[in-house]
Amino acid sequence: MSKHRFSRDALSDWMRDTGPDCDVVISSRVRLARNLRHQPFPLLATGQQAIEVQKQLTAVNEEGQLNDIGKFDTILLSDLSELDKRVLVEKHLISPALANESRGGAVMLSDNEAVSIMINEEDHLRIQCLYPGFQIAEAWALANGIDDKFEEVADYAFDEKRGYLTTCPTNVGTGIRASVMMHLPALVLTQQINRILSAVTQVGLAVRGLYGEGSEALGNLFQISNQITLGLSEEEIIDNLHGVAKQIVEHERAARKRLLEESRVRVEDRVRRSYGILSHALIMDSKEAAQRLSDVRLGADLGILPHITPQVMNELLVMTQPGFLQQTFNEKMSAEQRDCRRADLIREKLGSQTNLGGAEQ
Amino acid sequence: MICQECGQRPASLHFQKIINGEKTEFHICESCAREKGEGIPGSPGGFSIHSLLSGLLDFGAAGISGQPAIGNAPLAPIRCEECGMTYAQFSKIGRFGCSSCYEAFNERLDPLLKRVHSSTMHSGKVPKRTGGQIQCKREIEKLRREMHGHIQQEEFEDAAGLRDRIRELEKKLSEQ
Repeated sequence: MSKHRFSRDALSDWMRDTGPDCDVVISSRVRLARNLRHQPFPLLATGQQAIEVQKQLTAVNEEGQLNDIGKFDTILLSDLSELDKRVLVEKHLISPALANESRGGAVMLSDNEAVSIMINEEDHLRIQCLYPGFQIAEAWALANGIDDKFEEVADYAFDEKRGYLTTCPTNVGTGIRASVMMHLPALVLTQQINRILSAVTQVGLAVRGLYGEGSEALGNLFQISNQITLGLSEEEIIDNLHGVAKQIVEHERAARKRLLEESRVRVEDRVRRSYGILSHALIMDSKEAAQRLSDVRLGADLGILPHITPQVMNELLVMTQPGFLQQTFNEKMSAEQRDCRRADLIREKLGSQTNLGGAEQ
Repeated sequence: MICQECGQRPASLHFQKIINGEKTEFHICESCAREKGEGIPGSPGGFSIHSLLSGLLDFGAAGISGQPAIGNAPLAPIRCEECGMTYAQFSKIGRFGCSSCYEAFNERLDPLLKRVHSSTMHSGKVPKRTGGQIQCKREIEKLRREMHGHIQQEEFEDAAGLRDRIRELEKKLSEQ
């Protein structure tokens, strides 16, 4: 068992709450990229320079600057096992780049895991705030406040013309990446999704899968984020994303309503079929698990499976990732063994939900 | 399903590539995937935003990163004095080496930033402590615009109030 509680539970505390519009929006995230003026960016830093940056930035927490925000634990990447790192990536608490490529990497995690401050990722400092449901403005307000705390003691690389200077020119200016994770099963089922997503990319927003850049949209989960970071203010960027995401929420709800009206039996059959398979299957690969869990989550949201809580899908999606499975069962597994363990875990979890609810005899 | 690379082990990784609407599916086993090492979400060395960017950069830097024609003397490389990165290196990896690179490559950045962001000027947050002067300047610009608006509407009392505030801020700025 891991020594860090952060890699033990699949569901972060912040995810236990439900936020506004949580039938469609799983979570909202804001990330700010910042660098120190007098240090080369992590890409070119020597090992010693990376450690200096790490010390300077972790000291901000040790000296109590972040006390107003909350309680933070500092974790050095060098103290983590490969498995711990993998689990933190699967929980979205650190990025794959920090886990695999960083030198002098560190992360400061808030108690409820809603805030993750990464050091020596692509940039010296990356402040990430996560909120359940549709709360993108709240996430920005929190990130903004944390940024101010760091700025009180750290000399940022900032230019009047170019704004906050970042390693990658795609982040320069505000350094902000705001995103919402949306569950859009009805838009996928009714084949409207491509039309909507291509419209989204035309207004300066990007669409990605569950695990960020380059990952597939498993389980009908789509992450929509701003592309442009320069020339707009943070508020304009947030408003733009908010406005577009709000429309997608409405489209998804309308599509769900229409599905129920026009083909209720088919939808219900699909949900119950997936629930049945998840409750009884002995082998479950990650792709099928994601798809079936999406069906079950839709069933929970539509009231077809009233005893299932929507969070169970969030939790199971993380719990059934390879790193988490390995940690739960405390053994190295082949892909086939993993598929069996994944099926075991899902059966167990759904079974306990049924007993709790007392329904579905 | 059997791995399409080695044809022996069962395929455990399934992924799709979509390039210009053309879909290619791959079904391979873990060990072949590790050898190929490409296109796996989150894995280093795969297709990344940086390789895409360097495409844009090469375009902007024709004649600098490209090979000079035979007989022509090679151009002196543009280099960041602070970290030593050249523009050619930057255009290859799509990332800056330090904050001074922005200064060193300044003249070549406008076309790139325009393509990526449709803009070249920051108009968002300014750091509170170190950006004091910039914040002050932005505030003055904003007040001036408001003042001119009032003058055009012949609201001279409002304009005078703003003029006084602008003077105060300008005094503060010159004292810093």
